Parts: sequence; structure tokens; C-alpha cells
Amino acid sequence: MLAFLVRRVLQAAGVFLAVGIIAFTMFRFVGDPVNQIVSIDTPYAERLAVRQSLGLDDPVPVQILRYLGRALGGDFGISYQFRQPVSALFAERLPATLELALCATVFALGLGVLFGVVSALRRGTALASALNALSLVGISLPTFLIGILLIYVFSETFRLLPSFGRGDVVRVGGWTTGFLTPSGLKALVLPSITLGLFQLTLVMRLVRAEMLEVLRTDYIRFARARGLRSRTIHFRHALKNTLIPVITIAGLQLGSLIAFAIITETVFQWPGMGALFLQAVQNVDIPIMAAYLLLVAGIFVVINLTVDILYTVVDPRLHVAGATGG
Amino acid sequence: MTTPVLSVQDLTVEFVTRRATLRALDRVSFEIGPGEVLGVVGESGAGKSVTGAAVIGLVDPPGRIAGGEVRLSGERIDNLPAEQLRRVRGKRIGMIFQDPLTSLNPLFRIGDQLVETITTHTDLSASAARQRALALLTEVGISAPERRIDSYPHQFSGGMRQRVVIALALCAEPELVIADEPTTALDVSVQAQIITVLKRLCRDHGTAVMLVTHDMGVIGETADRVAVMYAGRVIEVGAVTDVVRHPLHPYAQGLMGAIPTLADTAERLASIPGSMPRLSAIPPGCPFNPRCPYAYAPCTTIRPELKPPGLRAPAVPGRKVACHLYDPALAPEAAAA
Amino acid sequence: MAGESGSALSDPPGPGWFARAGDSDTFASFKASKVAVAAAAVTALLFLLALLAPLLSPQDPFDPAQLELINSRLPPIWTLGASWPFLHATADGQWPFLLGTDDQGRDILSAILYGLRVSILVGFLGVLFSATLGILAGLIAGYVGGAVDAAIMRVADVQLTFPAILIALLIDGVVKSVMGSRITTTAILAVLIASIGLSFWVQYARTVRGSVMVEKNKDYVQAARLIGLSSPVIMVRHVLPNVIGPVFAIATINFALAIITEATLSFLGSGMPDTQPSLGTLIRIGNRYLFSGEWWIVAFPGATLVLLVLAVNLLGDWLRDALNPRLQ
Repeated sequence: MLAFLVRRVLQAAGVFLAVGIIAFTMFRFVGDPVNQIVSIDTPYAERLAVRQSLGLDDPVPVQILRYLGRALGGDFGISYQFRQPVSALFAERLPATLELALCATVFALGLGVLFGVVSALRRGTALASALNALSLVGISLPTFLIGILLIYVFSETFRLLPSFGRGDVVRVGGWTTGFLTPSGLKALVLPSITLGLFQLTLVMRLVRAEMLEVLRTDYIRFARARGLRSRTIHFRHALKNTLIPVITIAGLQLGSLIAFAIITETVFQWPGMGALFLQAVQNVDIPIMAAYLLLVAGIFVVINLTVDILYTVVDPRLHVAGATGG
Repeated sequence: MTTPVLSVQDLTVEFVTRRATLRALDRVSFEIGPGEVLGVVGESGAGKSVTGAAVIGLVDPPGRIAGGEVRLSGERIDNLPAEQLRRVRGKRIGMIFQDPLTSLNPLFRIGDQLVETITTHTDLSASAARQRALALLTEVGISAPERRIDSYPHQFSGGMRQRVVIALALCAEPELVIADEPTTALDVSVQAQIITVLKRLCRDHGTAVMLVTHDMGVIGETADRVAVMYAGRVIEVGAVTDVVRHPLHPYAQGLMGAIPTLADTAERLASIPGSMPRLSAIPPGCPFNPRCPYAYAPCTTIRPELKPPGLRAPAVPGRKVACHLYDPALAPEAAAA
Repeated sequence: MAGESGSALSDPPGPGWFARAGDSDTFASFKASKVAVAAAAVTALLFLLALLAPLLSPQDPFDPAQLELINSRLPPIWTLGASWPFLHATADGQWPFLLGTDDQGRDILSAILYGLRVSILVGFLGVLFSATLGILAGLIAGYVGGAVDAAIMRVADVQLTFPAILIALLIDGVVKSVMGSRITTTAILAVLIASIGLSFWVQYARTVRGSVMVEKNKDYVQAARLIGLSSPVIMVRHVLPNVIGPVFAIATINFALAIITEATLSFLGSGMPDTQPSLGTLIRIGNRYLFSGEWWIVAFPGATLVLLVLAVNLLGDWLRDALNPRLQ
């Protein structure tokens, strides 16, 4: 198992390096990093001096390593638009996105697993058909339309929930949180639903397919032949086996929530990373784009490793101790 | 006469598909007495496994029991509500499946699977159930059960897993065990051990066994009586010595001729020409008639019923055959007279 | 690893798949499924509307000369000023603007018809591009195996890190920085199609690779090799027809995803410009006016988009189930 984990860590490092090279290429060749430092009317000679001091004349591999080294240390360069360090901009906005993604994850996983299990177990009933129809609608509704619709109904028409922003936030150390105020919590509801709905339907469909598969296995037949109660069979035996493969794909999907937040944050004017990234794309602010790319890759790598570790915990076939072979 | 442990009467199972309704079991009847081992033999697709599943009420949709009766110690169980049928499964009828590698849930310790089955069917506490699980593991021949009870299935060999499956089937002292090809998936070297364990346990506990297999060797060693199935019907039933040594039905004759025995290696293996019909194309009359060397007019029109032979064979109690050759009213001689 | 077992979405189905697609079973199940028939009808109708847009539209929404600011933000034709409880429109609906107009005086119905063309075009070409890319990668990875396989699958892993929308935005940002304001509509379309193609190829590659690895050890491939056919010929002529079936199901569902992706990019302002709006662009424009009561600029394009995607998704779902032997 240790060898397995080491291999996965190496693979993750490989992925990170590959994305790092892409990010660096963008950073170095698409925009001119010198522009970060100097103003437009700086003389050519001065620009050259800046080039030299930035090390832009060094061999490319050296530059890549330096860029990645700095990135690991939290230095992503200076934003073209804001003239501020990218890391400072990120630090300011990361809490908003992470809190949103967390709520969306809880919403998507909780209801997704529940609905998936119900629609698999009650296969053929009206309830299951309704859930399946709902999942199809959920997968067919673009995220931005869901957001607009929710705002229109709950903010405009019934005036129950805010349509934009985070509400009142509280600063705890370097972190701003919306979890501690009523208005902050209310502000989280609509964006979380918007962001999570697509993932919810994916998780639901996945759980349903997997559960139907598991219900056909011999060990479930044998469990029935042993006369176990349906409840035990479904929620003890089948569910556990269902969730193991679901962990991987759900992990992957939830990692993409950070990136999907771009849409939700735009619709709800949520002051997070996604909105910042979109602004960077529209203003060709390459340092922010490159840093965002690295950040998404980093989150993905962390999630993947977590999933691998979870696997070894949940699946006894991957346990290292006591394996005497079969 | 004592009440049989299991009595199956005219059991019919149908599978409804988009195109047609297929009859997987067609009026199957047999009985198993207390402590008796009934071997059920036939080719794959003859309906052996479906019979086992139908008895414990586990025919999966689109299959359904379309007729007949199943009685367990005289009490009818095929029409019980789901919840009561569940209480019969595992408690009064134990089941052993073909493939021990897939019968056990890979994510649960074998001890937990034993304990949950025991506590489901008895009033034992968890710790008492664990003691019982340990005793059962010892009984099925797993040494040092205290060390093995908290292992996962993948840590056992195929033979060991099948012993665990046997322990699971017997953990509530059932009256009947249905063993569906219990050795087919195992190494030849292990097969005999598993059969020995199963036989010993059922004898010790007085459990009746319905042993589904296509291995005539296993039947010969283990069974008291044997039922031969073909195309969803029982075509011959009788004491194992009679059926194996002197099969009556032409199909059974072919089947028994297909067993190699060490005694007469010189004799050429008989094989039956053709193959069993698909469920969608069972011929009218006797389903075996296209392959039968003795087939004559009535065989293609009149379905032979399973009854004691009236001709050509001594009347032995419990012996029945579904073939016109043994029916005084329909045999070729009768037609000639 | 256990995670790769059994997801009905991604498992390569058995051989003989392609032959069965034309089999009466599949067709019979199509006739049996009223939903599939309805979805097919809606899809066909929307395709037809898009195709005939220049004939059906009262106005060419891409021609600035035809837009009159005096007609801007007119409500749908049946709306009479503030009379409808929903809203507070400033004017009555006017002929020929059946579904009202946007802020430029653009007829919404015409804009929807033309927007459908963009959606379908981008979706179709995007899927074509990603399927070609994915099938090639999958064939090569599965057939050649070894280091080539490992390399392709690693790239696929990296690719999966990034959702389509992010890749598209990055490409868009880079192209904008290179081309600046000289960017043309054709270039935008190309960027949209390329970014969709580049983000959806992995699923095809994985499916095809899986099937190829099963197929390549079969007797008929060995036989083809024995009679001296070259690898590319064997792959394309003998292996491809056996693995192409699942690709259709994926392509249908990806077509819907591609349409959503285009709409999303346009909504975010990185797709079609305001002067040549797609459905997503119209929704972005409309979103600005939704809260002042001009609901129709969002509602009709949104409904059209959802209808199209839903119909295609229903078809894809049905196709996947009909072609999955395990569900029969």
C-alpha cells in the first residue's frame, strides 16, 4: 500500500509539474513580465536591465524551476490590473470561494447520495421516475440559468434571500467567514445550490448506476438468501460497496467545483477566486490566470491524494496488515 | 409416512421478456425427506438453479412463480408475504451459492457477516453470536478461528471461503440446505473436502439437502435420491443407486453414460447427439423427442407426465419417470395392439 | 483498482455493438419509448428552425442597419404595458416582434433562431473535433500500448483536472492577448470549438482504448495481422467498427454539454459578442434588464436553450440504455 501511495504522490507531482510548465509558458511568453514592473513609457535600456534582474535571460528550465519554486512559496508575481501581488489578491478572495465550494459539496454529496440510493432501491416507482426526471432537468439546466432563476424567484419575487454578495462577514485571523452571521449564512444559500446542483445530479446518477450494479452481485443475492433484513442489505451491505467507486468520481467532480465557481460567482457577484479569474481573462491579466491554473491543479492533486488515502481506509482489499493472500 | 421437509408440487416459473414469455420451470415436482440428500442434476440451463431460487423465493424479475406450490415441513411458503418469507430464508432454509469468491461481501469481516446472520435469526446477543460463529468456523474445519474470524474474505482461499459460506448457511440450524453447484468454482483438489464437510455437517445436524450439480460423481457419493432435469422439467426421480445404475429415461441413460467410471474404462463414453433446446423453442410433447433415439408418434404431441413406470421396469417406491416408453397406455406395444 | 469497475457510464460494452445499433431491438425500443420519440421530434424541429432561420426571421439580428433603438426593450406581442401582473413593461408589444426586443431593438425571436444556429454549429463541430481527437488517441493508446499508452493516459489525467469551462476561458484569454482587438467572429467560433474539442476528448479516448484492448486480442484481429494487413488498416477497418457504438452515445451527451459550454462562455462574456449574439449572449444581455422587469430577454432564449439541451440529453440517455446490453 505504501508503494501505491508513493506512486500516486509521484504521479500527482508529475501532473503538477506539467500544469506548472503550461502556467509558466503562459506567464513568460504570452504576456511580457517586464510590464509588471515598469510603466509604459520606460526607456528600452531600463527595460533590458529589468529583464536581466528578473532573470528572463536565464535558460528556460532554470526559469521554470524558479517560477515553480516561487509559486510554492506563494509568490505568483504582480497582477497587471491591480498592481498588487497575486498572492495577496488570492488570500483575500480564497475564503469566499472555499466556503461556497464547501457548502455546495455538502449539498451535492448529501442529497446526491440520498436521491441516488432512493431511485435505485425504488426502481420503477413514481418516486424514482420523478427523481430521474429531475436529474435529467438538472443536467440540462446551465448553471448560470439556475442562478438567474433562483435569484428571480427567491430574491426578486419573494425577497427571501439576497441576490448578490456574501452578506456580513467576520474576520477570524486571516480568514473572512460568512458562517458566523445570519446574513452571511443567508447569502450562502442560493449560490451553494446553484453551484452544487449540477454536481448533485451527477452524483445521483452515478450512485444510482453503481447501486443497481451492486444489487445484482452474488454477495447481495447471498445476503438475501441469508434472510437479512432489507434495511441491512441495502444500507449496510449495498451502500458501502456502492460508495467505494463513487468516492473517486465524486472527488474528481468536486475538485472541479472550484473552477465551476467562476460561473456562480459571476451570477451572484460573489467576491471569490472565480470572479477574479474571469476579470483577469477579460483584461488579459496573465499572472493571475497562470496562478489560478496552478491553484486548481494543486487543489485537484490534494483531492486525488485524499481520495486515494480514503480508498485504502475503506477498502480492506487495500489494507496492508494481515494480508495472507488468497 | 413422515411429512417431507420440502415438497414441491407443479412449480412453474416464467420469465416475461419483451418478445415472449419463457417457461424456465414447467410443473416441477419433487420431495425431500428429513435428513435426506436429494441430488438435482441436468445440463446447464435445465432449470436446476432456478428451482433452488424459486424454493426460497429469490427469483429475480422479470422471472416470477407462475404456478404450483412449495411446502416446507407441510407449511406452504411460496405465497408468504415478503417479510415472512425473509424469516424463512437463512433460518429454516440455508443457501450455498456456486462461487465462494463472490458470495461474501468483500468489505465486511467474515465474523461480522456470521454475527449479523445469527443475530437476525436468533435471540442471541452479539457476544453470544460471536461465540457461536467461532464454533461454526471450527465445525466447518477452519483452524484457529479466533485468529481468522476478523479477516476479510480476500484473505481466504476459495475452499476456505466456501467453508465460511457453509457456516453461514447452517448458522441458524435450518431444516434444509440448498447447495447450488457448491464445488463447481473450486479446484478439483478442494472439491472433495467441501463435499465431505457439507455431508458431515448436514448429517450431524439432521439437515436435509437439495444438492444442485452437474457433477454426477458428487451425486453418486453424496445423494440419497436424485432428480434429473431437462428443459425446465423433472424427467426422472428415484434412489441414487437405481437412477445411476439403471436409468430409465433415454436422456438419463445418455447422461449416466456420459460419466466415466474407473471400473469400465474400456466402454466408450456415450454422448447424446444434439443439445438441449433453448427456452424459447421447447418442442411440444416430450422436450427430449428431437434427440431421442426411441422417439415415436406420441412423443411429439403428448407431454409425458412424471409417474411410476408401468412397463419395462420394476416398480420401486419413489421411482418416477416422464417417458411414454414406460406408460402402458402410450408405449409402442399399446399402439400396436 | 476498484474505482474503475462497473460505472455504467464509462464501461466499454462488448463487441458486436455497432451491428446491434441498427438491430431491430434498438429500433423497437425506440418505438416503445414515447420519451425518445418526443425528444427526437423536438431536436429535429429545433435543427430545422436553425437551418431555416434566414427564411423565418422577421429581422436579421446580426445586421446593425436593421436595428432601431426606438424598438428597444419592447415586451412580447401579447403584453399590454403594465397590465400584466408579472411586470411593469414600459410599452405595449408590437408587431412583428412576437417575443419582444432587446436593448438594441433586436427582435428576440430572430435572435433566438440565429442563436440556435451558433449553438448547434459549435456543438456539432466541437463534438466532431473532440470525438476525432479522442478516438485517434484511444485507438493509438489501446493498440500500441506500452509507453505511448501511458503517455496518452497521463495527458488525459492532466486534462481531467480542468473543467471545459476553465480550459475555454484560458484559451480565450491567451488568444485575446495575442490577437488583441483584431479578433473576428470566425476566430471566436474557432476558439469556442477548439476549447470544447480539447476539453471533451478524454471520455472518447478512455472508452475506445478500453474496447480496443479487449478487441485486439481476439482471433479476428490476430487473423488480420497474419494475412499481413498493416496496423492502421487493422485498427480502422476491423477494430473501429467494433468500438464506434459507445462513441455515439457519448457524442450525443457531449453535444448537449458542448451547447451548454458555449452558452456559458457567451454568458460570461468570453464567447459570441453582443453584435452577433448566441443564446448565452442574449441571456447575459437580458440578465442586466431582468430586475427592471424586462424578463423576456432572458426567458425565451433560456427556455430555448434548456429545451434543446434537454431533448438532446433525453436522446443520449435513451441511446446509452438501449445500447447497454446489461440493462436489457
